[in-house]
Amino acid sequence: MTDTTPPDVTTHAMAILPEDLPTAGSFFKPHRIVLLLIAAALVFCVAWFMRWDWLPQYLPRLGYGIIVTLAMLFSTSILGFLLAVPLGLVQVTGPWPLKALASGFCTIIRGTPLLLQLWLLYYGLGSVFPQFPAIRHSFLWPYLRESWPYGVAALTISFAAYEGEVMRGAFTGVPAGELEAARAYGMSRWTLFRRIWLPRAIHRALPTLNGETVLQLKATPLVATITVIDVYAVISKVRQDTYITYEPLLLLALIYMCLTGILVVAFRYLENRIPTRGA
Amino acid sequence: MAADSFINWGLLALEPPGWGGVLLHGLLNSIQIAIGGYAFGLLLGVGGAFGKLYGGPILRDLMECYTTIVRAVPELVLILLLYYAGTDALNQLLGLIGIGTVDISGLAAGIFVIGVVQGAYSTEVLRGAIKAVPAGQIEAARAYGMSPFKVMTRVTLPAMLPYAIPGLSNLWLIATKDTALLAVVGFSELTLVTRQAAGATKAYILFFCAAGALYLALTLVSNFFIKIIERHSRRGFVEQS
Repeated sequence: MTDTTPPDVTTHAMAILPEDLPTAGSFFKPHRIVLLLIAAALVFCVAWFMRWDWLPQYLPRLGYGIIVTLAMLFSTSILGFLLAVPLGLVQVTGPWPLKALASGFCTIIRGTPLLLQLWLLYYGLGSVFPQFPAIRHSFLWPYLRESWPYGVAALTISFAAYEGEVMRGAFTGVPAGELEAARAYGMSRWTLFRRIWLPRAIHRALPTLNGETVLQLKATPLVATITVIDVYAVISKVRQDTYITYEPLLLLALIYMCLTGILVVAFRYLENRIPTRGA
Repeated sequence: MAADSFINWGLLALEPPGWGGVLLHGLLNSIQIAIGGYAFGLLLGVGGAFGKLYGGPILRDLMECYTTIVRAVPELVLILLLYYAGTDALNQLLGLIGIGTVDISGLAAGIFVIGVVQGAYSTEVLRGAIKAVPAGQIEAARAYGMSPFKVMTRVTLPAMLPYAIPGLSNLWLIATKDTALLAVVGFSELTLVTRQAAGATKAYILFFCAAGALYLALTLVSNFFIKIIERHSRRGFVEQS
């Protein structure tokens, strides 16, 4: 893995990639065994000396929170990706007004913090919508009164903007010869896009996609600030109820680490299933 | 008049009836934290990268744990954890020595928290950049009899800069945006100030858009300077397409 990104591509951040995971065999070195023992002792101390009596009471709610977090993660990633494909494509082939619009959208979204976008949608639009009777009486109103649609919207937009830029690079990176060959076969523009250009671009973008998905998982706790009850919100509730500071936060960090680990392993499995030659 | 009542630009005035001055002060706080956190993170990053590349097996494993944990846990959770645990641990330490407790300023805590998060990422960026430096250059420096420290300051660090700058400029942009997360622990940086102003005046959209414009301006100005620095650091390199 080379960490040197080309100068003009501003990626989100470096997330954990499948290559970073240790293999099982690498744990059996003398110093690693000692370190593992120390870690185990630390974990034992944390489990024994800190307060965990609140845990059984909140376990069902924690499970529910994890499900909400995962639902947020997957729905926004999929929706965001569906939005990112046209965003990237338009920036490569589109007429200049669309091109400018798409790159402006990416710049604005990537230039402002997600928390601000989330609050703009929730507090801003949330305070404007009720003023219009047409919206108040439409079938959408029961959803717009809730907070989760705003969270989904903000996370989707953010993912689309970051991934749109990645897809732009991926679309440009597909070798021109392959597209020419497809054209020479007499494929129509749509068939060419569906059969050659998009699959090749996704293939190229896949490693970055892993990282972006991990980053999206790390962005989900922000929705707790607009009263969506995800796992972070459940832990905040525990801290409010019991006045315990550290234990819930440690558990939360552990939960996110496990989720990240599962995601990374799942993506590694997925990537290995796609046949590549030489690499 | 209808347009006047829809957007009340007077709310953004710099003097007290308007909130413009408050917003700018929040922006100043954000920039302070971003600069401090970034510098602290860079320090940790240089240490971490050298530890990972040249350290012993135990140091290397510990560094690996640090970067993996920080990159796997959401920034928001890390900020909460470090914000409370960090201040608490420092106070207990000072209590043990017998100095008594101190009030840790939000600014220092914010810089520490952002710095620890940034440190993990810049470790990875710098490690990649150092590995991209041709080994012969470092060997040549050693052959001249330079001490390891001199090799670092005269050869390794300058030679890796062109490889590191894209990653480092990314990190700077992330640092400016991560400061917004400190709003959740109640530090009065731009996002929290904006929310207070919006809540007080009910002009939510106006204030959030204004804050967004400030963040965007910060990003665009940064981009301008990054381009200059990048061009300067890449001088002498063959331009590739």
